[in-house]
Amino acid sequence: MRKENSRLSVLLNGIIHENPVLVLLIGMCPSLAITTMAQNALGMGLATTFVLICSNVVISLLKKLIPDTVRLPAYIVVIAGFVTIMSFALKKISPELNKALGVYIELVVVNCIILMRAESFANKNGPIRSAIDGLGFGIGFTIALLLIGSVREILGLGTWFGMQVLPEAVDPMTVFVNPAGAFFALGIIIAAVNFISRKLKNTGRRDTSVKACSGCAACPSNGVCGHMEGGEE
Amino acid sequence: MQNLLLIFFSAILVNNFVLNKFMGICPFLGVSKKLDSALGMSVAVIFVMLTATAITWPIYNYLLLPYELEYLRTIAFILVIALFVQLVEIILKRFVPSLYKSLGIYLPLITTNCAVLGVTVLNIDSKYGFGESLVNALGGGVGFMVALLLFSGVRSRLESCNVPKAFKGMPITLVAASIVAISFAGFSGIVEGIFG
Repeated sequence: MRKENSRLSVLLNGIIHENPVLVLLIGMCPSLAITTMAQNALGMGLATTFVLICSNVVISLLKKLIPDTVRLPAYIVVIAGFVTIMSFALKKISPELNKALGVYIELVVVNCIILMRAESFANKNGPIRSAIDGLGFGIGFTIALLLIGSVREILGLGTWFGMQVLPEAVDPMTVFVNPAGAFFALGIIIAAVNFISRKLKNTGRRDTSVKACSGCAACPSNGVCGHMEGGEE
Repeated sequence: MQNLLLIFFSAILVNNFVLNKFMGICPFLGVSKKLDSALGMSVAVIFVMLTATAITWPIYNYLLLPYELEYLRTIAFILVIALFVQLVEIILKRFVPSLYKSLGIYLPLITTNCAVLGVTVLNIDSKYGFGESLVNALGGGVGFMVALLLFSGVRSRLESCNVPKAFKGMPITLVAASIVAISFAGFSGIVEGIFG
C-alpha cells in the first residue's frame, strides 16, 4: 500500500508540484512556439511524453553502464534516438501535424525537461519508477501546453480544436496567434498559477519555490540563470 | 549579394530567433538580467552558431546525403554540437584563459540552446548553400544578441517597478518580452521592401 502511494506521488509530482512549464519554468521554447492551436499543443505534448518515458526507462536501465564523466553526451544520444523514432512515427500517423510542428519536432532533443529528468531522476531510480516519473512530467507538460494553446486559440482565432467557440460576430484578437501573444499568454497563465498557489498556501512562503531550486540544480543553466527569483518575496 | 543581405537582415529583424521562432528562450530569460552576462552569452552563441553551421552543413551534404542517412541528422548534429562545444571549452581553457574566464561558463549551456541546433536544421530545411547557411547563422546569432541586449535594458528598468505580487519574477518578464516582440513585429515587410 505504501509503495502504491509513493508511485502515485511520483506521478503527481510532475503534474502538479513540479509542473515543468508552470512551476519550474523550463521547456519554454516549445511551450511558446507551437501553442498557436490546441491541437498542435496536444500533439507536441504527447510526442514529448513518448520521448520522455522511453528515454527515462532506457537511461535508468543503463545507469550502471554509463561512465559518470560522459553521461550527458550519452543521455543526449539516447534522447536523440527516441526523437528520431518519434518523428518517423509522426510522419506516418499524422503528416499534417508533422508539418505544423516542423523543426520543433527535432528540437525536442534539446528540451531541458527530458535532460533534467534523466539527470535528476532516471539515473538514481529503477526503470518502473522512472517510467512513472516520465509519464507524470509528460502529462504535466501536455496539460500546460494544452492550457496555453487553448487560451491562444480561443482568443486569437475564436476556435478550439478547430470548432467555432466564440460567436462569429466577435472579432478574434489575432495578436494572440502572433509571437507577442505567446509571451503575453504564458506570462498571464504563470501569474495566475502563482496567484492560486499563493492563495492555497496562505501560510508562509510557497514551498514550490524550494523545489524549483532542486530542479534547477540539474539544469545546465544553473550557473548564470536567475530562475530562483520566482518564489522570492 | 542582395540575396545574402536579405537573408542576413531578415534573420536579425524579421525572423529573429528569440522573438519570432522562440529558440533560445532559456538563455534569453535566464541570462538577460545583467548586460555583461548578456553580452558574453551572445558572443559565445554567435561563435558556436557559425562554427556549428560550418561543420554540420558539410557533414549533411557530403556524408549523410550521399549514403542516404538523412534520418540520422538529429543524432549526428546534436553529437557534433556537443563534442564541438566541449572541444572549444578545452582549447580555450588551455590556450586563452582570459577568454575562457569571460565565456567559459556560457559554453556548456549552449549545447542545450535550441537556437544552435535550430539554425543548423533550418539551414538544411531551407536548402541554403554553404555561404547562405553561414550568413543565416551569423544573422541569427546577431539577432539573438540584439534581442538579448535590448531586453537586458528593459529588465533593468523592470527591477525598480512595483508590480503585483503574482506577477513578480517570470510573469512580468514574459509580459515585457511580449511588448519587445510586438516592436520587432513592426519590422516585417521592411527588410523585403529594402533588399527584396
